[in-house]
Amino acid sequence: MNSITASLQPAAKPRPRLRLPGARTWLAAGQWFVTLLLCAFLIVPVVMSIMAGLTVNYFKGVSSGLTLRWLAEVWTQYHGSVFLSLEVAAATLVVTLLTGVPAGYVLARSKTRLSRIIEEFLVLPIALPGLASALALLVVYGGFTVFRMSVAFIVVGHVVFTLPFMVRAVAAVCASSDLRTLEEGAASLGASFLQRFVTIVLPNARPGIVAGALAVLTLSIGEFNLTWMLHTPDTKTLPVGLADTYASLRIEIGSAYTILFFIMTMPLLVAMQWLGVDATGQRSAAKKRVTASSSKSPQP
Amino acid sequence: MKLASVPAAVPIALTQCAKTFRGTRVLEPLDLHIGAGETLVLLGPSGCGKTTTLRMIAGLETPDAGGRIAFGADDVTALPIEKRQVGMVFQSYALFPNLTVRGNIGYGLKIRRVPAETVRQRVDELLGMMRLTAHADKPIDQLSGGQRQRVALARALAVQPRVLLLDEPLTALDARLRDALRSQMNTLLRELGITTVYVTHDQAEAMELGDRIVVMSAGRIEQIGSPREIYYRPANRTVAQFVGTINRLAGERRDGMLTTTGGAVPLPAGSTHASPAHEIFFRPEDAYLADPAHAQLRGHIESTAFLGERTRLTVGGAAPDALLIDVAGRVELARGTPVGISIAQDALIALS
Amino acid sequence: MNDITFPLRWRIALIAPALAVFIAFWLLPMGALAQLSGDGHAFATYRAMLTNPRYMSSLGATVLLSAAVTAATLVLSVIAGLLLARREFALKRTLLALLTFPLAFPGVVVGFMVIMLAGRQGLIGALSLKLTGDRWVFAYSMSGLFLGYLYFSIPRVIVTVMASATKLDASLEEAARSLGASPWRIMRDVVLPALSPGLIAAGAVCFATAMGAFGTAFTLATDIDVLPMTIYTEFTLNANMVTAAGLSIVLGLVTWAVLALARSVSGSAVAASA
Repeated sequence: MNSITASLQPAAKPRPRLRLPGARTWLAAGQWFVTLLLCAFLIVPVVMSIMAGLTVNYFKGVSSGLTLRWLAEVWTQYHGSVFLSLEVAAATLVVTLLTGVPAGYVLARSKTRLSRIIEEFLVLPIALPGLASALALLVVYGGFTVFRMSVAFIVVGHVVFTLPFMVRAVAAVCASSDLRTLEEGAASLGASFLQRFVTIVLPNARPGIVAGALAVLTLSIGEFNLTWMLHTPDTKTLPVGLADTYASLRIEIGSAYTILFFIMTMPLLVAMQWLGVDATGQRSAAKKRVTASSSKSPQP
Repeated sequence: MKLASVPAAVPIALTQCAKTFRGTRVLEPLDLHIGAGETLVLLGPSGCGKTTTLRMIAGLETPDAGGRIAFGADDVTALPIEKRQVGMVFQSYALFPNLTVRGNIGYGLKIRRVPAETVRQRVDELLGMMRLTAHADKPIDQLSGGQRQRVALARALAVQPRVLLLDEPLTALDARLRDALRSQMNTLLRELGITTVYVTHDQAEAMELGDRIVVMSAGRIEQIGSPREIYYRPANRTVAQFVGTINRLAGERRDGMLTTTGGAVPLPAGSTHASPAHEIFFRPEDAYLADPAHAQLRGHIESTAFLGERTRLTVGGAAPDALLIDVAGRVELARGTPVGISIAQDALIALS
Repeated sequence: MNDITFPLRWRIALIAPALAVFIAFWLLPMGALAQLSGDGHAFATYRAMLTNPRYMSSLGATVLLSAAVTAATLVLSVIAGLLLARREFALKRTLLALLTFPLAFPGVVVGFMVIMLAGRQGLIGALSLKLTGDRWVFAYSMSGLFLGYLYFSIPRVIVTVMASATKLDASLEEAARSLGASPWRIMRDVVLPALSPGLIAAGAVCFATAMGAFGTAFTLATDIDVLPMTIYTEFTLNANMVTAAGLSIVLGLVTWAVLALARSVSGSAVAASA
């Protein structure tokens, strides 16, 4: 009996393990601290700039009073750039819809090596610096003055940059094997390819198309690297105008102009958040799960 | 309830149809004749080629060079599925989420530019036949599994297909529902009278629904026959083991009897004289318990499994392999009890 | 499986528009840029450029900055991302929306945000003045640039980390805990290895974006020595197209090499999030 119990007891007294009271609590607190600090880091300047655009005198702060004067000034001076940005974004969206939606479908349904290669290539414009793409466009098309001075030149740059996002968003939705089975079902009922594409593929690819569209619009409105290199005094988009005002004018005007930018992008971002679209323009897995589970049906 | 204006049923003929995917032969060249109005079941485990065969008949796959498929007098080998006029029910049903039940059922007719009024009439007819009228305008994600299955069937039938193809249509449903729908499906197929090819891995479905069953394995046809033929006279071991349960008696031939560990049974007529060692097979329900003194085989109970309507006994010592014997429910035997087994003479099966 | 329902002529017809746009407005122009950068004798031109100390120090500074930003972003994003992915709390959706709002900001706006924080009238300067008597102004230097790059990188990477974290299997961590592992060990042995493909992918994209970022540096000053700014000044102030083109190609190649390396290490995760 003694030998058994003796062997169960530790040979020597164990060192007391040093345990901070609630190590997990400390870690959690640390995590919260970092998270909130990051949020503050990201949001506080935004709030500051909004305030700056609404105060009479930035150096004096809020005590100098609130005013809409800067907004009004910015609007009279720069409303052209706002409309131009919208125009460019809309045109970019149309082009990417017409080219990107079919391309996304093809790449999702073709499992050949060639389609992999094409997919790799189509992603390059966003993997490589926008500056390079802009220079490249200038090298080749800079000589065609009419084209180069027109809005179309900016649109071209935006399309090149945003097309991969549309393609990817649509491809993600079309890649599901469900769509393939639906197409086979439609084919078994006699529908030709074009009929299938219009009546079955497009309606069911709609979540991807919407996600891609939101991404394209947001990216186009905010695009600077390419646009700065390509713009002329007549084709100034909003970000280009922002760069001008930051450099040369009062901080209140720059801030008011930034408020305009926020107003333009806010609805798009809210829509993206609401639909569960993430930074790459794809619907997040959680949203997909939600819509999938809502289609579960009760037993008969 | 018969559908108005059902077209005459067509026979289907497959000649030397094989299929190779990426260098792997998934289907050996096969010949198959399906009679007009017949329900043929393709039965086998996953990977046996049954779905590939179905998809070839549908037109979603083309057979390798040399294969021919004919619907009646028409050679359809070169026709894509859109032109073959088949009705297909997919395993996942493939209902269009962007259309209502009515929209789904009428899809094939709309494609063919049938006038709207005619479409409405036909869809109503099918809705009534499938008892879906109350759900006509619902989106499909509000339907239960059984309802979706009926929509899929209605949609396939709406276009008055020459041939009906069903790819494991009941697999996606739970067991109870499957049993209930199986008999409804059977009644429906009999009434419709369309040539039907039905793919399943479930032998109960195959037995109940098929006029003939094609048992497939590893890309080949193992046997074609009626359900009874398949069950009572399996052509080989693969068929015997896939359809139902089979017991094996291994031993030596001697004087017209097979002598094994626990006794001897008479050899079935027509068994080959290949070698002294021999095997005979029988089904669990064809053996019965008998007095060990007079029974053909003697052994002892290894375990019992009470399955409700029957009890499955595992008997050891009667043959080199343990034998599974089914007896009626109300039997309780302890482990180790010595038992005797006798088997009906015509239930003994010889297999190659 | 061979796909009969998708005929070849339709495949070509549907991808042709996108390919046409891509080739006409990106592929061929990039080819022309590459050719221009060679200026007739590619080897000599590139050698001259690559041995030029000013350009190479610019490239080196850009690489270092991008690497530092990537490292810092990954660490901060893992800490915050894990918390956000796993805990439910009131206003979580609002917090997430706030964190991802800056995703849409162009580099110029980010630069402006940095000025708000660290410029001459910046918040940090005001705080430091109160606390230490010394006004910290660093917006117009490398540290300001670092802050700016951090500003646009964090939202992107946090989103990716959250996506990866939701896919983690909680039962692995529970098993580790049942075996007595401390939180630090669990992080090291279970969580980080599971996250690492996604982290490598996100890190590569972060690096690539930082390498090519232009707007932020442009706003903060025209004399910060990162490669995109060097390219810009060569192009606009010195009208030196050949050098600008050559440096762009080098920048593109370095970026592409990093992405390819990350992809080979972590599989296809990079392609998905690039």
